[in-house]
Amino acid sequence: MNAPLLIPQRPGPLWLLAEVTYRCPLHCAFCYNPVDFTQAGPELSTDDWLKVIRQARELGAAQFGISGGEPLLRDDIEILVAEARQLGFYTNLITSGVGLTEARLAALKAAGLDHIQLSFQDATREANDLITNTRTFDLKRKVAAMTKAAGYPTVINCVLHRSNIDHLDRIIEMAVEIGAEYLELANTQYHGWAFLNRQSLMPTEAQLAEAEAVTERWRQRLGKTMRILFVTPDYQSKKPKKCMNGWGEVFLSVTPDGLALPCHTARMLPGLEFPDVREHDIDWIWHESPLFNRFRGTAWLPETCQSCDEKDNDHGGCRCQAFMLTGDAGATDPVCPKSPDHALIEAALADAERSADVKPLVFRDPKNSKALGRAF
Amino acid sequence: MTPSLARPRINRLFRFQWEPAQQAHVLLYPEGMVKLNQSAGEILKRCDGSTSVAEIVADLESAFNASNLAADVDAFLIMADAQNWITWSET
Repeated sequence: MNAPLLIPQRPGPLWLLAEVTYRCPLHCAFCYNPVDFTQAGPELSTDDWLKVIRQARELGAAQFGISGGEPLLRDDIEILVAEARQLGFYTNLITSGVGLTEARLAALKAAGLDHIQLSFQDATREANDLITNTRTFDLKRKVAAMTKAAGYPTVINCVLHRSNIDHLDRIIEMAVEIGAEYLELANTQYHGWAFLNRQSLMPTEAQLAEAEAVTERWRQRLGKTMRILFVTPDYQSKKPKKCMNGWGEVFLSVTPDGLALPCHTARMLPGLEFPDVREHDIDWIWHESPLFNRFRGTAWLPETCQSCDEKDNDHGGCRCQAFMLTGDAGATDPVCPKSPDHALIEAALADAERSADVKPLVFRDPKNSKALGRAF
Repeated sequence: MTPSLARPRINRLFRFQWEPAQQAHVLLYPEGMVKLNQSAGEILKRCDGSTSVAEIVADLESAFNASNLAADVDAFLIMADAQNWITWSET
């Protein structure tokens, strides 16, 4: 008899991100959600989510994130957190803070929620309220104090763009005042609404260099008391990123209407069938589905990448970015200077250097979503 | 050198647990995970805030029938401290 073949087993996902709703009280112009989110199907039920959570944990997923939209708009996230925590997940709530009352915070804490990531949009009331097109600044400060009092590490996320990046010194100072342990400064990635508003959101090279210098000064000063993560923007870094640490390698996202995706924004990609978690189990979706295998590894990469030493480090960059810019999801990410389409990035950067004619922002709301009716 | 009477504990920003899928102890933290090798896992398992470094060393030496582990434990704890994985209980 032949010995059984030893097939190295591909690891399961480490991350399960539940985007439980596209509804959101904020209307941020840099949101990565699809512009046409109003066309998505009905939201998954509590039982659907519980099934997804159990199946992902069985495959070895250890991080569970609840995001959206604004997840607090659903009244069942306490149930989802309790189940995830009980199964051994580290549970993360990614929220704008809008809707986080004392009562809900107590219920989430009782359910075993490990961590809350609170988004701030700027350091002043005027600027926060402008970019979100809401009046939410004071509320966010209040929520930050509340979660701290409940014993949570304070983790703040702030998306940087043309109109707030010059306030970075004040933003970091605010995070210190709040007593944050982690501050994530995420430069806008141009997906969804952010792509639509790219020209109005992209900072100049000088703005970005100053922001990096400010961050470094604060890092020196703060040491271990507050960790600052500065996520460089793809366009300016001229280096494609290994998107999601590799397609189908660690990350699994599920949309409000039940589609399983290898990244937050893959549902914009054409010609792919997105597996529905009500029809397939996570094991099949992760290991067998055509979607998760489509851009897995490096064998599918185009010639530009195949002959490049960096291919194992970057896997050709971001599929959604390649598609949005070139129309081909299988192309080398144009962010890479070796991409035949890199001129598209150079043009966008040159455009950002022109200070005049910055277009008005299009806010993420249902009315604009319906009127535009496209993914990005 | 860590003081031998100091008592390390896992920083509250991290959760330490056994992961069956990894067959390893891990440290979980906001949006991340550190997979630990066996000796790191065995040391951190004993960092409960009430056991001293000297007691941790003695316990490991007896559990694994080994000797002279003090220097290794010390080196690991210094690294773990620099990574913010542990804090120290006073007295």
